[in-house]
Amino acid sequence: MPSAIAVSGLRKSFGDKVVLDGIDLEVPAGTTFALLGPNGSGKTTTVQILSTLIGASGGTASIAGHDLATEPQAVRGAIGVTGQFSAVDNLLTGEENLILMAALHHLDRAEGRRRTAELLDRFDLVDAAKRLASTYSGGMRRRLDLAMTLIGRPRVIFLDEPTTGLDPRSRRLMWQIVRELVAGGVTIFLTTQQLEEADELADRIAVLDGGKVVAAGTPDELKRGLPGGHVRLMFQEKSDLDAAVRAVEHGSPDDEALTLDVPSDDGVRALRDLLDRLDKAGIEVAGLDVRTPDLEDVFYKLTEKEAAR
Amino acid sequence: MTDAMTMVRRNFAHTRRNPGAIIMTIALPVVLLLLFVGVFGGALRAGFGSSEDYIDYVVAGVLIMAVGYGSTTTALAVNRDITEGVIARFRTMAISRASVLTGHVVGSTVRTLAGAVLVVLVALALGLRLHGGPLGWLAAAGLLALLTIAMTWLGVAAGLAAKTAEGVAPFTLIVQLLPFLSSAFVPPGSMTGALRWFAAHEPFTPIIDTLRALLLGTAIGDRWILAVGWCLALALAGYLWARALFARDPNR
Repeated sequence: MPSAIAVSGLRKSFGDKVVLDGIDLEVPAGTTFALLGPNGSGKTTTVQILSTLIGASGGTASIAGHDLATEPQAVRGAIGVTGQFSAVDNLLTGEENLILMAALHHLDRAEGRRRTAELLDRFDLVDAAKRLASTYSGGMRRRLDLAMTLIGRPRVIFLDEPTTGLDPRSRRLMWQIVRELVAGGVTIFLTTQQLEEADELADRIAVLDGGKVVAAGTPDELKRGLPGGHVRLMFQEKSDLDAAVRAVEHGSPDDEALTLDVPSDDGVRALRDLLDRLDKAGIEVAGLDVRTPDLEDVFYKLTEKEAAR
Repeated sequence: MTDAMTMVRRNFAHTRRNPGAIIMTIALPVVLLLLFVGVFGGALRAGFGSSEDYIDYVVAGVLIMAVGYGSTTTALAVNRDITEGVIARFRTMAISRASVLTGHVVGSTVRTLAGAVLVVLVALALGLRLHGGPLGWLAAAGLLALLTIAMTWLGVAAGLAAKTAEGVAPFTLIVQLLPFLSSAFVPPGSMTGALRWFAAHEPFTPIIDTLRALLLGTAIGDRWILAVGWCLALALAGYLWARALFARDPNR
């Protein structure tokens, strides 16, 4: 698959403050890539550079086959940007915003009107079409913003924290739209601080912290990088817990909650062996909970390491 | 060019939506005219001799104030565009880069000149006597348009330079105060000491004097060279400043 986005050694500093410290990224065409990181990690700066809004201090990047530094106008023709720092025009109605975008993409009048009507319908904005964008709710604004981006049929779309501040329903709708876009062959580059969002949408994730990519891979690869999950056993009686501690050997008991956490590689066989052993020892287990590591664990482990340095 | 025209249309759509801009650029100058003629006119007339009506004197000054209001409105509109992020969106699109600024300048110039025409019409109804003749009036309109373009580019730059709408205030203050310290409302000769010197030498004075002479048909002398020179210098300064601000990284 050809790369929609290829970034090598990208650096950015504002004065002597280093924001991006040499990042490398590769996004195959037609996939979704999530840049995950806490506030201030350089996510938005990365999007601003890759969308030609600001210059890089070093490194190279190509978007849709065009070099960022030498062919910015060709890059602009291939991309669409939606999110935090870009916006809608509050003094125009939703419909006028879309018509404005159509005119700036040099669509003829009839085609512009047709695309506008189509996008208003697709993004559930028909009823609000004639209202000023300043009266829109957060979810509606974000949908209008994305609709404006789609007027030009971009091949690569940057979504800078597309669901930050949205209610769960609006967020679901946004995710749905992103999946449809990818199904249509578009490449998505999104930034988020929500692990769930990255896990839900992305084919590949890079974790950005302190201006560096501290981990990259598929969501599964990232989770696999962690020590396995564990099984939490719950007991009614303290005596059962004590017996279980002796039977299992390397569990970590909690005397207050009457639970025992047993490391596990989350295989079914290991779980069966564990339960067999408890059964043989005649220990009554009140309940159990199998916990696999999620991205949250990955995230905390990675960013903790950075913070400790 | 197409992109610039699209941006001009956007600017006109904004004007329709934003009554503040209409009041500021079109209605306020008329109010100012009525204020000066009706409230101060009687008292000031004493200083102007019996043959000269104050309205003839003050109309050029009110026109300059109208240009000032127009540029202030532009500064606020540009600032809104840049702080809300619409300009960031335009920058990431494959369009002519400065078209959004051109849209503001053209839109604002049209608004301001519409306000100026209204001022002159109201002044005529109040007894203004224009003896400049068609050529003089045309030259006056040309000078006013040139000044408007100059002040609007300065307004664009001020809007880009300010981090918030409040940051536009110094520009507003300067633009609205300078005409008072010029020959707009009273001749600098009637002012005191340092103020008299300042009023005689600041850019608005030759511009206002020339405009007045062209409208009324009085002697112009060679002040017009200074007037046009100031307009061109301000326009160039505003344009270059705006261009430099627009080219810099938007977030630092």
